[in-house]
Amino acid sequence: MQCQECGKRPATLHYTKIINGEKTQFHLCEVCAQEKGEQIPGLETGFSIHHLLSGLLNLDSQAPDDQPPEMAARQKGLRCPTCGLTYNQFSKIGRFGCSDCYRAFGDRLDPLFRRVHGNTAHRGKVPQRTGGQLKIRREVERLQSELSRRIQNEEFEEAARLRDRIRALQEKLEG
Amino acid sequence: MSLSRFIQRALSEWMRGKGPQSEIVISSRVRIARNLAGMPFPMLATSSQSADVVRRVEEVLRQGDVHPALKGAEMIRMDDLSELEKRVLVEKHLISPQLAEESRYGAVVLSENEAVSIMINEEDHLRIQCLFPGFQPQEAWKLADELDDWFENRLSYAFNEKKGYLTSCPTNVGTGIRASVMVHLPALAMIQQLNRLFPAITQVGLAVRGIYGEGSEALGNLYQVSNQVTLGQREEEIIDKLQGVVRQMIQHEQNARTRLKETSLTQLEDRVHRSFGILSTARVISSKEAMERLSDLRLGIDMGLLTGISANVMNELMVMTQPGFLQQYAHMRLDADERDIRRAVLIRERLSAEEG
Ligand SMILES: [Zn+2]
Ligand SMILES: [Zn+2]
Repeated sequence: MQCQECGKRPATLHYTKIINGEKTQFHLCEVCAQEKGEQIPGLETGFSIHHLLSGLLNLDSQAPDDQPPEMAARQKGLRCPTCGLTYNQFSKIGRFGCSDCYRAFGDRLDPLFRRVHGNTAHRGKVPQRTGGQLKIRREVERLQSELSRRIQNEEFEEAARLRDRIRALQEKLEG
Repeated sequence: MSLSRFIQRALSEWMRGKGPQSEIVISSRVRIARNLAGMPFPMLATSSQSADVVRRVEEVLRQGDVHPALKGAEMIRMDDLSELEKRVLVEKHLISPQLAEESRYGAVVLSENEAVSIMINEEDHLRIQCLFPGFQPQEAWKLADELDDWFENRLSYAFNEKKGYLTSCPTNVGTGIRASVMVHLPALAMIQQLNRLFPAITQVGLAVRGIYGEGSEALGNLYQVSNQVTLGQREEEIIDKLQGVVRQMIQHEQNARTRLKETSLTQLEDRVHRSFGILSTARVISSKEAMERLSDLRLGIDMGLLTGISANVMNELMVMTQPGFLQQYAHMRLDADERDIRRAVLIRERLSAEEG
């Protein structure tokens, strides 16, 4: 039997859940079961059940085969301090636990982003209310690259003008 | 309840409307994923945290200066709905199956015309969705963008300068945007050109999949084209690209229709009228056959081969002949055989209402 969730992997976990008074059967693979484990209703601490499940399913102790052991060990130890999700769990579930996971797993995520998006940095919309600083910083970056181009071309007058503008923006950032 | 009253209450704007290019494009949708700062994503949130997300959105909506598109909007909690009611919302494309079946403290904010639906506690805290009839991805994005700004002025989002808007799934991070267009491509299917067209679409980074049916089989020749990349491109670039590619698909479909008309008009008329005959007389009809016949019917209407029937019949019936809707209309649970009978009845009634 195939997993009813992803339809790709074989279902290894079979159980019945009561949703709104109706019995519903679940046939899931380990990865999807772990993901769904969070959503067992009535449990206040989402993470502990998560941890328990992944422990039961032995997912936590499996290191990917294609990695040198010491790197795998280091990644295994990597854990988001806020929500407690480990890098290893993330790589099994494919979902972050909280926004701090992004910082906790850091550059290690970039190969994944490159594979999915072909990019690693956001270029889109910035929040209006809280994004003002970022908008200024983007402008400073743009001016700085123009500045080095002017200097290379020995256009010193224009370069000086740019330097003043950058300085003004930087003061705005600090102030 | 009479059928016409049931339809009045059942229709979303996208099913009713006759948007631009509606002879080929059924609907355009933009969905953006957002999360609140300082709160675990729904997967790891505790019950009280999830309840808090709902409460915070509700509070913001209750303040007087609500965005015009949300005037009269209603918040509906998944826990307050029956399985059937949830299913109907899924069939109308207003909520995802995941919100209906798996969410804890899941809710949806629905605007009056159902053009805006905001899912709460799905995979992300907020999924702002704008669904327009016809070919209007820019308009859908414009509204989603405005609503996003409106919420951002009242709630703090999880945002990171390098990675943009942070989402539970790495495939949504950055802009958090998923833009999609639903297209009806019967002529390209008939001349067997889809298997040439689709790989080209995939190659430029868009995804295409059948709306109904499983695997590669697309019932009713309905397909959804959507962006894959959310990180590293600006929202406008993403929308522009989708719009450009779909515009080409429309052109190809139009060419295919013209060619069919030139080379096999009689066969085409025969097919359209046979399907009309079956739909208006059948006593038992499966969902698969209904979708195929409705696709023929729609093509016939759009090409002027069949008159006196409005084009939105297909939009309506393809949703209203789904299992949830049929049971809602019948006010009872129906097994598959009973549904096939009810489906035939509903289609006959709907088509005769059209003639009358
Ligand atoms: Zn699975
Ligand atoms: Zn985390």
